[in-house]
Amino acid sequence: MTEQLTGAQALIRALELENVDTIFGLPGGCILPAYDPLLDSSIRHILVRHEQGAGHMAEGFAHVTGRPGVVLVTSGPAATNMVTPLCDAFMDSIPMICITGQVPTSAIGTDAFQECDTVGITRSVTKHNELIMSADDIPLVVRQAFHIATTGRPGPVLIDVPKDVLQNKMTWHWPTDEEVLASLPGYKPTTKGHPRMIKEAARLILDAKQPVLYVGGGILKARAAEVLIELAELIGTPVVTTLMARGAFPDNHPLCLGMPGMHGNATAITAMQKSDLLINLGARFDDRITGKVSTFAPGAKIIHVDIDPAEQGKVRRPDVPIVGDCRLVIEELVKTIREMLASGDTQADISDWKSRVSGWQEQFPLYYPPNEPGEALKPQFCLEKLRDLAPAGTILCSGVGQHQMWSSQYWHFNEPYTWVNSGGLGTMGFSIPAAIGAKVGCPDRTVWAVDGDGCFQMTAQELVTASVERIPIKVAVLNNSYLGMVRQWQEMFYEERYSEVYLSPELPDFVKWAEAMGCVGIRVESPEEVEPAIALANSINDRSVVIEFRVDAGEKVFPMVPAGYGNDDVLLHPNQNDRREFLR
Amino acid sequence: MSNTSTHSNYQPSHHILSVLVQNRAGVLARVSGLFARRGYNIFSLAVAPAEDPALSRITIVVDVDSAPLEQIVKQLFKLIDVVKISELDPRRSVERELMMATIRVAAEDRGQVVELTNIFEGKILAVGVEAITVSLEGSPDKLDDFEELLRGYGIVELQRTGRVALPKLDKEARVRTHKNGKAS
Ligand SMILES: Cc1ncc(C[n+]2csc(CCOP(=O)(O)OP(=O)(O)O)c2C)c(N)n1
Ligand SMILES: [Mg+2]
Repeated sequence: MTEQLTGAQALIRALELENVDTIFGLPGGCILPAYDPLLDSSIRHILVRHEQGAGHMAEGFAHVTGRPGVVLVTSGPAATNMVTPLCDAFMDSIPMICITGQVPTSAIGTDAFQECDTVGITRSVTKHNELIMSADDIPLVVRQAFHIATTGRPGPVLIDVPKDVLQNKMTWHWPTDEEVLASLPGYKPTTKGHPRMIKEAARLILDAKQPVLYVGGGILKARAAEVLIELAELIGTPVVTTLMARGAFPDNHPLCLGMPGMHGNATAITAMQKSDLLINLGARFDDRITGKVSTFAPGAKIIHVDIDPAEQGKVRRPDVPIVGDCRLVIEELVKTIREMLASGDTQADISDWKSRVSGWQEQFPLYYPPNEPGEALKPQFCLEKLRDLAPAGTILCSGVGQHQMWSSQYWHFNEPYTWVNSGGLGTMGFSIPAAIGAKVGCPDRTVWAVDGDGCFQMTAQELVTASVERIPIKVAVLNNSYLGMVRQWQEMFYEERYSEVYLSPELPDFVKWAEAMGCVGIRVESPEEVEPAIALANSINDRSVVIEFRVDAGEKVFPMVPAGYGNDDVLLHPNQNDRREFLR
Repeated sequence: MSNTSTHSNYQPSHHILSVLVQNRAGVLARVSGLFARRGYNIFSLAVAPAEDPALSRITIVVDVDSAPLEQIVKQLFKLIDVVKISELDPRRSVERELMMATIRVAAEDRGQVVELTNIFEGKILAVGVEAITVSLEGSPDKLDDFEELLRGYGIVELQRTGRVALPKLDKEARVRTHKNGKAS
């Protein structure tokens, strides 16, 4: 019983068998054959306005569902348009499958129309990529791609399919798990932590006097948020959540210190600096966290749990490296600590440490100057209102810049998978398509995108996609007329010499633009308009809404650890500088 | 002609990685691309099918100073096509390389080059009126010495293959073999 299919039919069937229900894409010459069987498939295709949008949508979808986002685009310019989202997904370990069309096999290498070396160009921004040269290989390569993208350290996988491979006939065969594993002899991620290392980690944890749980995006990838709470409560240890891990531990938990790093809060930064044991769970000692590495947490021993062995010792040498899946490792760790405690071991007294930490929290709350009547609106105020009025379970996406840092600082992330953002690559233009993808993944939730005026202008056209495909999202543009984050650096480190950061206060007209794209557009210029506008936006569910907040261009993000500074030299809000010595 | 492997306190200035990869299109580009992107220097590289035709063995020689070897190995292992990596200790490995060289030499001096080649147990591959092509297979240091001496005559063209290596049979050369528990 050998069933003959075209490569294109096999491709679509393979995606169906991988439980794909949504594809983000845009057709063109070389991928045309694949779009035909798509008409007969149960898979929903979302037609984007730019391939980069498809990529970020797939990322947003993957962020909130944990399932790989799937992108289907053509060759050449479509493939190059995918480079940014692929790199973004690679940096933030997001599972994604990108299928690109390619010129026919006979034309490869001839500089044919819309030919580019997609596999070559995307090699360093994918976990793996593959050019399929025979239709018979399609099912296996698709299965391999999903396996690679979703296991170990997740990441994007690209499949490049020449047009004739899509058109040729093949004999259908769906490979078994065994066949898939046998075809990948070089890929065997370690998921279970080494028992001896886990014992050693437990020992260090019980002996530590100033421990901090340093929690990264790996917790979310491993779906370890619940067991993390169990661990944190068992050992009563304060938790910092990196930009990628906001929501991995609830902000309203008494042990949560919030975000550390370049724009982290003073307590989270200082707790890491003064700690004698950093328990790194799925984080990677990114430079935005460590500041100057040589002065980072100088007295801390390090436990580093990461599924990627290459992260162990890449930046900071761990005392106890544990390669494994965060959820499995934490489960073992909890079990081991419980056993040790049951057999008479005791945990060192950390109450002094914790009162020191809460002292910092009291002295150094996030601060911004209040809105003065008749003066410009404070962006932080808008965020607080967005937060307080958000329906339960709201998902927040953000662009990149000051508004991103305020989003992470001022929102209260009390649930995992409610924060979608571009951390590693810092891709302006991420938020709107990512919010659309998140809404597709979680249609019953409210999805807010907080965007900058600069970012909005990079990918706003996807709001047309949202309107046409009936994917209602809400967008808050914090319009400060500037590439604000760059302006902040020029103000602070280039003697206020502002070079090419001023956009325009009037152009574009965000309200008209929103309306032209089928959205409701609202402009807010003063504090008293903020709440009614947000309430109105929250009440509209049949269309997307864009609120333009005209905000104070002069606001800066604090605290700040400038590039090249150590975390001990964190710049506080000028208003808190008098209390500096409390951070000692 | 020093044979480095006989000096017990000799500190090698290079690492040898013997990397077993799936014999597939683009695999060499993946490996060399990784070295370029992460700023690791390749000193020499040799690649050919291994004992199992589905696999190739890439022998990479890396400067000790180029990057921490541990990171190089771990990053290499993240390539899906990499099946196994052995770090070979140069002191406990057999290293071999092939060199061919064409020397410009007048007929009356040719005898000296021939004699030199014979001392090194090399081969004469071709003889022309004013040039001679020789080859030598051996340890890389032996090739270095031979090359040095040939320079005195005037080398027109020279090609070395880059080294290949296998562990010595009597000693355990594999410092570490990475095979299981590879990830990500
Ligand atoms: C694609 C891209 N180009 C440039 C940058 C550098 N960059 C980082 S933040 C920023 C300013 C963003 O401006 P806006 O969206 O208005 O946000 P704001 O900082 O004003 O809140 C720029 C240009 C980037 N991160 N991404
Ligand atoms: Mg701006």
